[in-house]
Amino acid sequence: MNLRTAFLIGGLISAATQVVFAQSGSLTLPKTVEAGSAFSISTSGNGKSTLYIVGPSQVLKRDVQLGETVTFPNGTLYNSGHYLAILSGPSSAENDSFDVVSAGKPANLNFFAKPSRLQVGLRGGITGAAYVFDAYRNLITAPTAVSFELSGPSGTVQRRTATTKEGAAWTQMDSTPQQGTDKFVARVEDLTSTRIIGQVPGDPCALKMSASPSGKRVKLSTEPVRDCSGNAVPDGTIVTFTEAYSGEQSTVDVPLKRGVAEVEMPAHNGAMITVASGVVLGNQIRWTGK
Amino acid sequence: MLKSLLILFVAVASTPVFGADLATVRVETTNLQGPRVLEEQTSKAVIRDYLQAWQTLGTALQQNRTDLLGSSFVGNAKDKLTETIQQQVSLGLSTRYQDRSHDLKIVFYSPEGLSIELQDTVEYDVQVLDHDKVQATKRVSAHYIVVMTPAEVRWRVRVFQTELE
Repeated sequence: MNLRTAFLIGGLISAATQVVFAQSGSLTLPKTVEAGSAFSISTSGNGKSTLYIVGPSQVLKRDVQLGETVTFPNGTLYNSGHYLAILSGPSSAENDSFDVVSAGKPANLNFFAKPSRLQVGLRGGITGAAYVFDAYRNLITAPTAVSFELSGPSGTVQRRTATTKEGAAWTQMDSTPQQGTDKFVARVEDLTSTRIIGQVPGDPCALKMSASPSGKRVKLSTEPVRDCSGNAVPDGTIVTFTEAYSGEQSTVDVPLKRGVAEVEMPAHNGAMITVASGVVLGNQIRWTGK
Repeated sequence: MLKSLLILFVAVASTPVFGADLATVRVETTNLQGPRVLEEQTSKAVIRDYLQAWQTLGTALQQNRTDLLGSSFVGNAKDKLTETIQQQVSLGLSTRYQDRSHDLKIVFYSPEGLSIELQDTVEYDVQVLDHDKVQATKRVSAHYIVVMTPAEVRWRVRVFQTELE
């Protein structure tokens, strides 16, 4: 046997010894563990070793006596994820992986709703999405029933039911005709999450003004301005009065105050006066001095 | 000789190596749940920010720095990663994560536009160090489920967990 052959045989023996060392401490893992549940990992071999359980969501380290079963009580490993278990001794390391899956029972609900304020009477104007979590805030990806309920200011209730897909469920609701506050509730079993949504009046539905003399001017005032559902349009909404006379035109923008808009404009006999707000055009008056 | 070189090449190729290599990314187009249309610009931004989140995760867990997490993570995901780093510090551990490939699908865009859910079959290398001594290095394949929500200038990861395929 020459020197080269001796090195080759030596190398093979060394490699075989590493395999033996590696096998001297081995571990047996569960394939999956429910989040927060007790579990155990059995080891084989002799001597002392260190067991690491490593994932992006949690890390554990235990000193172990090889040949014993390491038990982890309830609540030790609770974050869903893929974990690497490493059994590391002085001369070898074994590793394997397992998964922690979310506990089945819903315990938390994330509810996104939008908008927080909208006009009355909008079809599909209110939307919401819910994500369901277990007690350890792991997303539950198994299909779960979620009910959504929108209670309007007049007591009307809209209900929808959806089943989560990959942990998420969504819905769309209509804003109701009456202004006020809506309660938008998502419910899973006995869990609820509530969002408050403000419903404000829509655009003016119709405008009607009247004119009366006021010295050398004409006083113009609207009737209380309401949306198409009968809600008072909020103060501050701009109403535009336009007076056309002898080819000239003057315009005044007036905010609603206590539900009406009022203004005084020059009184020209034969002037044509119009009123508008947004896209809504009101009545016309030809001023004849009365 | 050629055979030996080939074996060496295969061995090196299958051994996790930590470096600055960029992960390969494949994005699958799917039928989204929900009525909201996902614009291409939004989809690109979400994927860009998600991949950046993997870089943030890698650096934060390697250097045990919780202060880095806020740029990419929020809510549940940030809390859990913060906890992991605190556990690592108390145990004298650090971990290196290097993503190698992503197979991404956007599966849900919530109708109010406040959340997007992705699925990612990701391959990554993980190395575990105890007081700077390498304990194990392994290539892992896992199926992630991710929920991202918009912040001031980017999308942040709110839920980051694996699920069984």
